[in-house]
Amino acid sequence: MIDILLDATVRAGTPILFATLGALISERAGIINLGIEGLMLIGALAGFSAAHGCGSLSVGLLAAFVAAMAAGAIHALICVQLRGNQIVSGLALTMFGIGITALFGRGMVGLTIDGFSRIAIPGLSRLPLVGKAFFDQDALIYLSFLLVAVIWLFFYRTRWGLNLRTAGENPAAADTCGVPVERYRFLAVSVGSGIVGLGGAYLSMAYTPMWIENMSAGRGWIAVALVIFACWSSPRAMLGAYLFGGITALQLRMQAMGTEISAHILQMLPYIGTILVLVVSTLRLQKGAGQQPESLGLPYDREDRK
Amino acid sequence: MPDLLQIEHIRKTFPGVVALDSVSFSVAPGEIHTLLGENGAGKSTLMNILTGLYRPDRGRILYAGREVRFARPRASLACGIGMVHQHFMLVPAHSVFENILLALDGVPGFFSRRRLRDRIQQVIDEFDLDLDLDSPVWKLSIGAQQWIELIKLLMRDCRLLILDEPTAVLTPQESERLFAVLTRLREQGKSVIFISHKMREVMEISDRVTVLKKGRSLTTLARGDFDQARLAGLMIGDDQVPQWRKQSRVGDDVVLDIRDLSVRNDRGLADLDSCSLELKKGEILGIAGVAGNGQKALAEVLTGLKKAASGRIFAAGEDITHSSARSSYIAGIAHIPEDRKSIGIAPDLSVDDNLILKSFKQPGFRRWIFQDRAAIRRNAREKIAQFAIKAGPDGAPVRYLSGGNIQKVIIARELSEDPAVLVALYPTRGLDIGSAEYVHKVMADGAARGMSTLLISEDLDELLKICDRIAVMFRGRVVGCVDPRQTTREAIGLMMSGEEVA
Repeated sequence: MIDILLDATVRAGTPILFATLGALISERAGIINLGIEGLMLIGALAGFSAAHGCGSLSVGLLAAFVAAMAAGAIHALICVQLRGNQIVSGLALTMFGIGITALFGRGMVGLTIDGFSRIAIPGLSRLPLVGKAFFDQDALIYLSFLLVAVIWLFFYRTRWGLNLRTAGENPAAADTCGVPVERYRFLAVSVGSGIVGLGGAYLSMAYTPMWIENMSAGRGWIAVALVIFACWSSPRAMLGAYLFGGITALQLRMQAMGTEISAHILQMLPYIGTILVLVVSTLRLQKGAGQQPESLGLPYDREDRK
Repeated sequence: MPDLLQIEHIRKTFPGVVALDSVSFSVAPGEIHTLLGENGAGKSTLMNILTGLYRPDRGRILYAGREVRFARPRASLACGIGMVHQHFMLVPAHSVFENILLALDGVPGFFSRRRLRDRIQQVIDEFDLDLDLDSPVWKLSIGAQQWIELIKLLMRDCRLLILDEPTAVLTPQESERLFAVLTRLREQGKSVIFISHKMREVMEISDRVTVLKKGRSLTTLARGDFDQARLAGLMIGDDQVPQWRKQSRVGDDVVLDIRDLSVRNDRGLADLDSCSLELKKGEILGIAGVAGNGQKALAEVLTGLKKAASGRIFAAGEDITHSSARSSYIAGIAHIPEDRKSIGIAPDLSVDDNLILKSFKQPGFRRWIFQDRAAIRRNAREKIAQFAIKAGPDGAPVRYLSGGNIQKVIIARELSEDPAVLVALYPTRGLDIGSAEYVHKVMADGAARGMSTLLISEDLDELLKICDRIAVMFRGRVVGCVDPRQTTREAIGLMMSGEEVA
């Protein structure tokens, strides 16, 4: 029972994990990205249609990454080079993503593909409880494990990661040390958006291998909240994403078992969880525990006189 | 020897402001060259051009004999020009190691932590500094942060070091240590551009001095050609300096009595740590100390911006720490805040409106629920004349005024209701000599009328000149009070570094 629930937790949490990791990279460089929801949909549709058209899951995955990265690059251009308002641009990106995928996705509704299938890791997958959940999953889930580690190592063990973090904390300090702040910020937003796109691709190519309009269903917004909960750290993002995956899996299970509680109430749970998490993490941030990048949301203009 | 750096007729404008009109000067190898000038004279703008942050509108820069154009800080760094900015370029959340690492050149993407740490530790040991590489920078004193900035430059092997008012945050003893390092660098053939407006230091360390005024370089004088009086004369020029004479009339009544007051900051640490202080009627009490030792928290708790965690404040014998009496007391206090532009004024409002920010509810300034614009204008005209404010066109936003005039607007507003207590936080920081003297005159005149002033300043000369008593703060406590007529700068300096003096 618990191993089945855990397995469902990981599967439900993975799209949110990708989205949170992507948003986190962008915010570490100082750019807020509220376009996550739209980027997930763009990734989901691009991945599904490419996989359907070419009959190759890897091509689909690549398409999801590239399409979301290209859409994210618009946001990056507006926020970094043009120093526009990050909130407005991000919201516009979400609306753009919802609209354009609804338009181009019409032909895809009802089609199916063979999604990613499970690959058991010999030995480890036999472990009690965690074996099935963590070592008998599809390639995308293994990729998400890898990303969590790689992102952490990148931030804390490489020079580039330090440059990127400094661009988000104090861009003037980075600039005076010769770090090309605009380049780092642009790349962080673009690559981060591509990773968000992978989260969308997981939805349409693994979780439920089909295209449904607006299939991200608010997961992008949950990811935006989770970045704060995760204190901008990738291992904590994993924890947060699985927390939500767990709530989702649990409520699905309860629906399947047929409880007295209304399905509408159960479906609300992950979103109520988001609100609670935001309240708790905001309180913690006010106590000074968090490490919000200091220049988050602020455009950097070298010649700006303060 | 040919000059290392030559600057010719640099001009730089910002929308609506000419920051630099025409500046020329040169720096020789192995020279400490001081740029002297009041704030607003263009020193920092000029240095930002040299470090590639700003691009000049006109003029040229020759470095090591070649004309250079610095399009970005990277280009200037590549030439070996490094700068310690007045507002440090450090990331408070990052460790000392990460902050220094960021500045190092040629560190590969994947680096050997151990080897780099050893290299940095070596430099720290060389200067006999007590720095923990893993400690986040926000935990360090401002003085230690300055050393990190300096280490960043030293490890980069800069040929030209620029230090923008480095001693503003140091005790006199720490300044001496800094000067010893600078002298050593000079012996190694490195050049230093030193920016300061503390005359004493300029006299001590400079090989040559260039005086800037209103965006122009007036003259360059070599050691031997300048003395304190001559430099001061050049800086002031034909500006009017108000005259005032201090009459000490300290009464016996205690206006403010602070007992064991503690205040915590956002991070939960004690900004004030059982601090006790007494302010008497008509007294100008100076607070000396290195920035960041609780002075700001003291001012904030006294003016109602922060709450006390423990301890008591008595005003004229009444406990006002928490009670509702606090709000009426706070409404009656005059406050000259540290950051004029962000909390002293509403920058986009006109001078007229800024002058009534405290009194807009008074019947004289309103008619039913509407403002009485005519009365507000009349009030502004009076204040502008009384305080000699150069206000520009009617209705123009106050942010276009110069620093000195903004300060006068604040003073005019704060003193309009004849307050019993004035809390002034670095009121002359960044002001030209004329405006600074004006602020002193206001405090001295106020004292003669019986107003008590708490003057927080980092300028010891200012404190020694105007105060009746000087209290020295260190790590949130008052370590001692001295009589300015019977003390020395050195004694205060020792107390600023935490030495208790009986």
